[in-house]
Amino acid sequence: MDNKNKFLLDSSGFDISNLETSNVTKIKNFTMNFGPQHPAAHGVLRLVLELNGEIVERADPHIGLLHRGTEKLIEYKTYLQALPYFDRLDYVSMMSQEHAYSLAVEKLLKCSVPIRAQYIRVMFGEITRILNHLLAVTTHALDVGALTPFLWGFEEREKLMEFYERVSGARMHAAYIRPGGVAQDLPIGLLDDIYAFVKQFGYRINEIEELLTNNRIWKQRLVDIGIVSLDKALNWGFSGVMLRGSGLAWDLRKTQSYDVYDQLNFSIPVGTKGDCYDRYLIRVQEMRESLQIIHQCLNKMPTGFIKVDDRKISPPSRALMKYSMESLIHHFKLYSEGYNVPAGETYVTIEAPKGEFGVFLVSNGTNRPYRCRIKAPGFLHLQGLDFMSKGHMIADVVTIIGTQDIVFGEVDR
Amino acid sequence: MINYLEYIGNILIRTFPNSIRNVVQSSNEIYISITAEDLLKIAYFLKKNTFMQFHQLMDVWAVDYLGRQNRYEVLYNFLSVRYNIRLILKVRISDDMGINSLSSVYNSANWLEREVWDMYGIFFFNHPDLRRILTDYGFEGFPLRKDFPLTGYTEVRYDDEQKRVVLEPLEVTQEFRYFDFTSPWDAKK
Repeated sequence: MDNKNKFLLDSSGFDISNLETSNVTKIKNFTMNFGPQHPAAHGVLRLVLELNGEIVERADPHIGLLHRGTEKLIEYKTYLQALPYFDRLDYVSMMSQEHAYSLAVEKLLKCSVPIRAQYIRVMFGEITRILNHLLAVTTHALDVGALTPFLWGFEEREKLMEFYERVSGARMHAAYIRPGGVAQDLPIGLLDDIYAFVKQFGYRINEIEELLTNNRIWKQRLVDIGIVSLDKALNWGFSGVMLRGSGLAWDLRKTQSYDVYDQLNFSIPVGTKGDCYDRYLIRVQEMRESLQIIHQCLNKMPTGFIKVDDRKISPPSRALMKYSMESLIHHFKLYSEGYNVPAGETYVTIEAPKGEFGVFLVSNGTNRPYRCRIKAPGFLHLQGLDFMSKGHMIADVVTIIGTQDIVFGEVDR
Repeated sequence: MINYLEYIGNILIRTFPNSIRNVVQSSNEIYISITAEDLLKIAYFLKKNTFMQFHQLMDVWAVDYLGRQNRYEVLYNFLSVRYNIRLILKVRISDDMGINSLSSVYNSANWLEREVWDMYGIFFFNHPDLRRILTDYGFEGFPLRKDFPLTGYTEVRYDDEQKRVVLEPLEVTQEFRYFDFTSPWDAKK
């Protein structure tokens, strides 16, 4: 080229002197911040979106805004003191995480939990699943635009949280399922009230479904959005509803069952296409299956102890503590120093409502965990947000975040 | 399930005789310690072999055993939905070593390895995007290491004069009390 055009460069420094000049407008991707404070960001999610018009080219989630250092803190607490941290991880389905932690500690302690405690745990695990799915489906609907199911769903959640309060004293963070069994026995009349809830809840799900499932607008917003094929779901580490939506009937309650799930009768809903609509239908059906499980637990609830008999692990009752010297000593030692867990390591996974929740516990023989690793399902699901939202529009990004059922307590820990 | 775990443990020992250091197997868990150089080979084998088919890498994390020569132990949790088994690989590395990233084999390793880098400072070769994920944007240090204190080194507060959030050295009103309960008369050793 002649010397006049030798230094012809465009805005990004690329030498265009050899290019043919024509009327081409260069389009650069528009980077937008879907900020941490956003009503549809489901907590604190900072999403940096690269857009081409309204189509998303790349989505880069920045997490860690709710990082509380849970794993580090657990290393400085005794096993019983570390239990309430697990309530606060996925703060919409509290008892599931406590259940996973208790199973891990019991595996290291090599103690067996009495059968009544197992039934109580399973029953409250399913109540927790209904709590979680109610919130997931109705807040998803809220983000997409349907405002009424949110209010109806939360009224049902209030009824369930009343059961939490009756049994443990706290509406949300119960600290009820402990290593060794359950903290306290069920109060009189609770099972009757749970039965009354179970009888009417089927109709409540019907009401919510009536608004959403066959709704044209809902279907247009959800069908064919965020399609995940099975091999992609496996490669990205999805679990729970995300994996079942893509067609694989994988449920840890059936395949690697724990507590009394192997004695209960329930089925697993599986999706076909892997889009958001399938996952919504799976969640609604799972609520109905949980009702079945709760019903069976109510019928089969045995009598008996609710804590393991070993006084070195489970504390004595308060009446006994004020009466017997040995109970007083056990109470004091258990609540100050805590129990010593034999050295070892174990990895326990359960089917939490959001997916596969795992706890890896290393013990060095003392009363404090040496390392406690918490594997949250939402972490891997949020990682898949990038490939799931490629080619979709911004409004679909909101739908996809909602269908992944992200709660930042467990993603950030 | 127990026999199948033993079976795949034996397959791995026969296929990689020089790489496998130790196999620990309990009721339904198998922990295989391998050398750091062969991690990528073994992970690819686990994914592609017909009798293994560990298509999912569910978790990557590390444990800090301060005082050992190879201080960190990086653990990988594989799940096979085809055979319903779980396998945990362990790799021991020291402070100045790095290990290969598995993100070319399993996509889920991307963020999981970012978190291990952020929390422990373990470097992963060939990782597409190794930056911090959970800690604050200008954070220095690797929090989950055993020599990093619980309360950290810095604290943040809003400064009214500068009208922004400032980072300052830590000032605690009461020292962190750590009770050591190990008793000299304890018979259990």
